[in-house]
Amino acid sequence: MDEQKILVSARQIVKRYPGVLALDKVDMDFYSGEIHAICGENGAGKSTFIKILTGAIQPDSGCIEIDSVVRNGFEPHEAMNDFGISAIYQEFNLIPALSIAENLFLGNEPRKNGLIDVNKMNKMAKEILQSLEVDLDPKLPVENLAVAYQQIVEIAKATYHKAKLLIMDEPTAPLTIHEVDTLFALVKRLKAQGITIIYISHRLLEIFELSDRVTVFRDGKKIATLKTSDTSKDELIHLMVNRKLEETYPERSHFIGEKILEVLHVSTATRLKDVSFLLHKGEILGFGGLVGAGRTELARAVYGADQITAGQILINGHKVSIRHPQNAVTLKIGLVPEDRKLHGIISELSVKENISFSSFNKVSKLGLINVSLLEQAATYMIKLLRIATPNTQKKVKELSGGNQQKVIIGRWLTSDCDIILFDEPTRGIDVGAKQEIYEHINELASQGKAIILISSDMQELLGMSDRIIVMHEGVITGELTKEEATQDKVLRLASGE
Amino acid sequence: MITEKVHTSTDKQPFSTRTKRFIQRTLRMRESAIFLALLGIMLVITIVAPQFATSGNIYRVSRQISFVAIAALGVFTVILTGGIDLSLGSIIGISGVISGLCMASGMHYLLAIVIGLITGCAVGTINGLLVSYVGITPFIVTLGMLSVARGSIWIITKGWPVENIDDRILALGQGDAFGIPLPVIIMVIVSIIVHFFLRSTVFGRRVYAIGGNEEATRLSGIDVKKIKCLVYTISGLMAAITGIMLVARFNSAQTSSGDGWELDAIAAAVIGGASLQGGAGSVVGVLIGAAIMGVIRNGLVLMKVSAYWQTAIMGLIIILAAVIDRIKNRKVS
Repeated sequence: MDEQKILVSARQIVKRYPGVLALDKVDMDFYSGEIHAICGENGAGKSTFIKILTGAIQPDSGCIEIDSVVRNGFEPHEAMNDFGISAIYQEFNLIPALSIAENLFLGNEPRKNGLIDVNKMNKMAKEILQSLEVDLDPKLPVENLAVAYQQIVEIAKATYHKAKLLIMDEPTAPLTIHEVDTLFALVKRLKAQGITIIYISHRLLEIFELSDRVTVFRDGKKIATLKTSDTSKDELIHLMVNRKLEETYPERSHFIGEKILEVLHVSTATRLKDVSFLLHKGEILGFGGLVGAGRTELARAVYGADQITAGQILINGHKVSIRHPQNAVTLKIGLVPEDRKLHGIISELSVKENISFSSFNKVSKLGLINVSLLEQAATYMIKLLRIATPNTQKKVKELSGGNQQKVIIGRWLTSDCDIILFDEPTRGIDVGAKQEIYEHINELASQGKAIILISSDMQELLGMSDRIIVMHEGVITGELTKEEATQDKVLRLASGE
Repeated sequence: MITEKVHTSTDKQPFSTRTKRFIQRTLRMRESAIFLALLGIMLVITIVAPQFATSGNIYRVSRQISFVAIAALGVFTVILTGGIDLSLGSIIGISGVISGLCMASGMHYLLAIVIGLITGCAVGTINGLLVSYVGITPFIVTLGMLSVARGSIWIITKGWPVENIDDRILALGQGDAFGIPLPVIIMVIVSIIVHFFLRSTVFGRRVYAIGGNEEATRLSGIDVKKIKCLVYTISGLMAAITGIMLVARFNSAQTSSGDGWELDAIAAAVIGGASLQGGAGSVVGVLIGAAIMGVIRNGLVLMKVSAYWQTAIMGLIIILAAVIDRIKNRKVS
């Protein structure tokens, strides 16, 4: 390991944004053929560093050495074509309607007599996929593929472009457990082919499973680079947040009250088939299952975002009709959606407006917003939820993911909801902020609010829930109490066994 | 539940830094940039055609700008939600004609004005209902309405302008106070109301939110359909105000009144910084945009540019504004 050949090194990289030193004299070396994990809280500088490597942004000072060429930053096309640096982002750059092969060769399709040589293209695509040991028909449109396979197409694209350095940003976030295994196997094969991989993840277990070395970022500084085999989860967490996390899942006193929500034999056109369950005040009811099990659809149905085709919903014993989200809000149900950016925040509005967005009636009179009440509501929530924002006026899109999530939680607290549906509340959120969100969820439950927690993170599900309902393909396959729930049992129910 | 008061950190700062920051912030605003562009255009026109800067000309230009600006504020509200209103020119025409016919039939002028305004609201609401509740693309709905409303004018009037307008309303289009044309004063009042409405009311903030992220707005428990419907009503109302002012201006309701004004109104909004995707733009920007359009039109006349060229040049200016906006945005990101 010590005799490793260095593929890329970054020296004294500085990047300054208005008011923030995003990268503070970062020095890093990446060896040929290593899997190098990078971790750190949101805003620690990981993304900025990656953007500099891919040429998306230019550093203010410092340089990057690759192939004994020293450069002060480069353009994206140079990074990709000249230096062999490719990145797989959380949002894929694929064109949904085009086939796998067309996506792979987009921009340099094999031609014959000025026309695209479709047969040759499909054949070449098949070869690329086979070299990755993936069995996919290259003629399939990308939009028909599951997320995991779309990701594989992205990786195939990178290998086709002769990538020497492949950067993966939270690649497992959208994947199910089985898909993660497939991805890991693929990553290991790429490593064996001599490709250097930079692996960014909030999931520490993955880092230990995959990486050779791990670098921790905090507040724009590189804190340490360690051999993965020489370190531990606790040490990494400590380095990341600079404080020991006592427990991953904070304890709380259980006091489960009377039933508040009854869902009876509910079906929808989206996926649900005859779903029934009870939810009590002060209870955190976890929903487990693989991606596509219908948990998000269930939340949307309860919230009125999707229409119910059969069955009924009772709140406090009374039958209610929830046909639109506004009915749900009136009934004091709140939804913290899975996709924050698309379904949660109103990115162009300020933090304070986002916080009061579902309860403008509380901060207004005759339709006129009372500026000081709006300000007070926001200031209160910012303090309560420890939202990191310089002021209430800031546009919410400028906050980090964890803080955006807190803004949405704040929105439902401001509108005083009794039932809050959390759909993957900590996805893509760093360790420190995750912990805070757990504390807030527990706090809400102890105040007597009823919580539905949909989570694909097994530890989170087991650690947080009082009771777990597991779904599989739109049907509830089982229910477990906190005491009886284990990873094995949940997984077995989730697989529909 | 909300009881704590927290002081903001900017409580005590030396006056000079605060002033400096205020100036910096003002200069950074996109409105400042287009305002400087307006001043530049006025300067160039004055140099080439000195009669531009005469009080008589300024009086006429500012009056002309007011008519367009009010209609532009209406369509701007629609644009904020990510929609478009192509029918505003025809609404200008039909509300003027209906109002004019009411007056010609001997109705009290105030009632006639109200009926004109209601006509605009009604046509706008039909647009809104079709967009929101039937789910047709705004472009198609309002393109259709453009023809329906204009055709209705011809059916009602058989192509003849409506004369015998009540003299008491003429001031709305022709009068002035303290040397300022009344249309300008009406524009200022309407602008203040719309600005206030969009910035400080629940409805207004939701309008911005829908343009920014419609699905997130819906999932926040907001009745998105109602709001998307009502912005077309507002656009119809604004067009009707313009329509009635034009009747007053010309002492008759012309069947061609407002014809093609959708171009100027939408251009004013876009030049003023409104995003056609919705969610961005300001009333001040729209007013400056309308002023730029009006000043250039007037300048071309004063510089004796032929009418054929004028049309082409106005189109080029709209494209140019979009190009500049694009370049500016690219720099930011």
